[in-house]
Amino acid sequence: MGYFLLRRLAISLLVAITVSVIGFSLLRLSGNLAESLAGEDASPAQIAETAKAYGLDRPFHIQYFDWVTKALQGDLGQSLFTKEPVIELITDRIGTTIQVACYSLLLSLIIALPLGVLAAMKQNTWIDRSALSIAVFGQAIPNFWFALILIWVFGVLLRWTPISGTDTWRHFILPTITLSTFAMPQFMRLTRTGMLDVLESDYIRTARAKGLSPAVVLWKHGLRNAILPVVSLAAVAFGFLLGGSFIVESIFALNGIGYLALESIQRQDFPVVQSIVVFISVVYIGLTLLSDLINAQLDPRIRLH
Amino acid sequence: MAPNDTAKATATWNGASADDFEVDAPSPGAVMRRRARRHLGLIIGGTVVLIAVICALFAPLIAPFDPYDQELTRKLINPIWGKGGTWTHPFGTDALGRDLLSRVIYGTQISLTIGVLAATLAGVIGSTLGMIGGYFGGRVDAVIMYLINCKLALPPLLVALSVVSVFGGSIPVLILVMAALFWDRYAVVTRAATQQIRSNDFVTAAEAVGCSKTRIILREVLPNILNQIIVIASLEMALAILVEAVLSFFGLGVQPPTPSWGLLVNEGRQYMFFKPYLITIPGLAIFFLVLSINMMGDGIRDITAPEGRN
Amino acid sequence: MEGNTPKNTSDHVLDVRNLNVRIKVPAGTLHAVTDVDFHVDRGETLCIVGESGCGKSITSLAVMGLLPRSATMTADKLTLEGRDLLSVTDRQFADLRGDRIGMIFQDPMTSLNPVYTIGNQMEEVYIRHGKGGRKEARERAIYLLEKVGITAAASRLGQYPHQLSGGLRQRVMIAMTLMCDPALVIADEPTTALDVTIQAQILNLLKELQDEFHMGLIFITHDLGVVARIADRVAVMYAGLVVETGNAEQVFSAPMHPYTQGLLECIPIPGKTVRGSQLGSIPGIVPALIGEQEGCLFRNRCSYAREACTDGEIDLETGGDQHGYRCVLTPEETVNHIKKAPNAAVAE
Repeated sequence: MGYFLLRRLAISLLVAITVSVIGFSLLRLSGNLAESLAGEDASPAQIAETAKAYGLDRPFHIQYFDWVTKALQGDLGQSLFTKEPVIELITDRIGTTIQVACYSLLLSLIIALPLGVLAAMKQNTWIDRSALSIAVFGQAIPNFWFALILIWVFGVLLRWTPISGTDTWRHFILPTITLSTFAMPQFMRLTRTGMLDVLESDYIRTARAKGLSPAVVLWKHGLRNAILPVVSLAAVAFGFLLGGSFIVESIFALNGIGYLALESIQRQDFPVVQSIVVFISVVYIGLTLLSDLINAQLDPRIRLH
Repeated sequence: MAPNDTAKATATWNGASADDFEVDAPSPGAVMRRRARRHLGLIIGGTVVLIAVICALFAPLIAPFDPYDQELTRKLINPIWGKGGTWTHPFGTDALGRDLLSRVIYGTQISLTIGVLAATLAGVIGSTLGMIGGYFGGRVDAVIMYLINCKLALPPLLVALSVVSVFGGSIPVLILVMAALFWDRYAVVTRAATQQIRSNDFVTAAEAVGCSKTRIILREVLPNILNQIIVIASLEMALAILVEAVLSFFGLGVQPPTPSWGLLVNEGRQYMFFKPYLITIPGLAIFFLVLSINMMGDGIRDITAPEGRN
Repeated sequence: MEGNTPKNTSDHVLDVRNLNVRIKVPAGTLHAVTDVDFHVDRGETLCIVGESGCGKSITSLAVMGLLPRSATMTADKLTLEGRDLLSVTDRQFADLRGDRIGMIFQDPMTSLNPVYTIGNQMEEVYIRHGKGGRKEARERAIYLLEKVGITAAASRLGQYPHQLSGGLRQRVMIAMTLMCDPALVIADEPTTALDVTIQAQILNLLKELQDEFHMGLIFITHDLGVVARIADRVAVMYAGLVVETGNAEQVFSAPMHPYTQGLLECIPIPGKTVRGSQLGSIPGIVPALIGEQEGCLFRNRCSYAREACTDGEIDLETGGDQHGYRCVLTPEETVNHIKKAPNAAVAE
């Protein structure tokens, strides 16, 4: 367990460093950062001065270490547009984003797990086929378009739900549904195939040969094995929900970091963009690490390796 | 007497034990054709994709109007099923009086170009990395796993948006960005498949007679995992089409007046409450194309699967 | 646990008459098991022998009530300790499984659930069948693990399957099957997946346990060497049919079916088979069993095949001495043929 944990941590750290380098490079992609900082009509002399003031004349790796050191102390620089500290912009909005992501993950799992198990148990029946059809349809729907359709149908035609803002829980209904269409099909398919594999396994046959009731066979001997890959996917999906949240946030006017990222990209505010990209990556790395630890708890083969 | 009893026992257990008993089995090609003819998803998906390809190739012949032709006197005409719709513009016209049907037909060119090229390029990158990692193992594999992990950690849509916002939303940029962002699934799958194949006797035999590693990978490994690569390619193609639509919808992908479907939804958005067809039609176009490609991909997977398992 | 003999010793533990199993497959209906009769008594070992796909595993799954959903089973008689298994509900059948009838599977590496401890999986079956609480279950598990030759049994209970070797896992499987002291144990190729040295240990262990617990044992195998070691009676299956049945002595010393003879020619005998000489092999392949079958299904591989083999149903001929075979040859003809193939007539 100790070795497993250590190795896993080392890999995570290495990946985090690499991702932060990539994120930091994104800032440099915008061409001459000093130019954007100095403003549109700046003279070459002004630009050079700005470069010096921001330390942009130094070599890339020095700038990177400087940025990382500050970032680790909670200083992510400031927005080129609003001049506010990036860390404040993010902490102000992260709550909304995480809220939507959590609701979506929860909704996806609530629908996908029972549906996946049921589909596997009733393989090749109409239940299985409908479950698979739902998954295939869900995966093909363009999220942004689905959001607009939901607004049109439930917000405008039926007037059941508010269509923008974050004031009450009802404001979160449509964004949650929209984002769930992304994660739900994957969970459903994974649960189904995992369950199918497990149901065909020898130890399930053993369990049945022991005379255990179908419920014990399914829930005790089946689900725990089938759920291992779902735990991993949950971590991946949560990371993706954070990264893809800009779609619903911008359409439903939720003030989260996704919306912030989109706005910042549109106005070339790269200190904000790179911070959000690196932030989401680090959250993702942390989550996959967590999911591996959970899997190690669920599966002794990993834990006791 | 019974070299492979485990497989048999499993097959028997699955209730599909024909393989063991049926010795005069038909050839793989015949099995595939038989399965393909009975696979409804493959047939429907394939037909829609075929129609889309025809639309893309012969857009100038099929489209009734030039997709860029503005005719302000004929703007916002309802589609044929709406009030005042005419057969001249079956899907109606947009706010600038352009024929929506023609724009949707031309849109297939953009979606399919980006989808096919991005999926192919990503496939080349990902499969190469995956096969190298799976074949050589050890440190090489560790490096490739690390690359995959780094790639997975980055939020793909945000990175795509950032890069495209810097380099501009031209079709070549979009293809390159997506190829750079969607190679991981190829790598993961080909790596696992290669590891499995590597332990097979025919690979060992090829090594024993001194074939070069490149040759073994290209001649022994690649043909055996090509089916799997094709299946992923279809999924990635669908994904690339969706992502292109997202980027264009947010104004960072293909630029107006090009009739990208995502852009059409974006343009129709401000009229959506009284002219909903402006977003429903291009949205459904995306949906059906992506759905069909996915159905085709699932179909290919089903008909090439060894046990015919679905 | 002293051997508790059944009240009525003349009753078979398991009695199967005219068992048929049909499986729906994409290509049609598979005649997996056809007209199979056999019985097992307390303390007796019946070996079902045959090649892959001959229906021997399906037969055992049918007896266990574990056939896949695509299979349908019919029989004239199927009783376990006198109880009619054809009329029990699924629930009642489940009550018998693991309690009165247990099964040991081929691959010990995959037959135990990887995420639960040995103890958990052993105790579970004891508690399920109402034999006692967790404490008694634990004691019983330790007792049986010791019986199957596992040292430090108590500490093994907390271990997970992957921490044990294949041989140990199969011992655990055997101990687990004995938790409720079943009247009948079905062992489906329990040694096939193991090393040769371990195979012998497991076979001896099963024999010892049978002496001690006095259960009926159905041993399914393709390995005639194994059969010779442990069988009291033998049923040779081919293409879903029992082609020859009798006690071990009869089948090994005077095989009456050409298929059995062929099988016996395939095994080398130490001291008798000359080094470098040709071992026998049976040419040809098992026919596809899709749809109705006619005549002797071995005829396309049989060197004595004749006109009479092609049509009708070949009945199981019994000479009144429990030795039965499905062949149109008369015993005299068969004996003549065997004389030409000396390697075939061998008894251990």
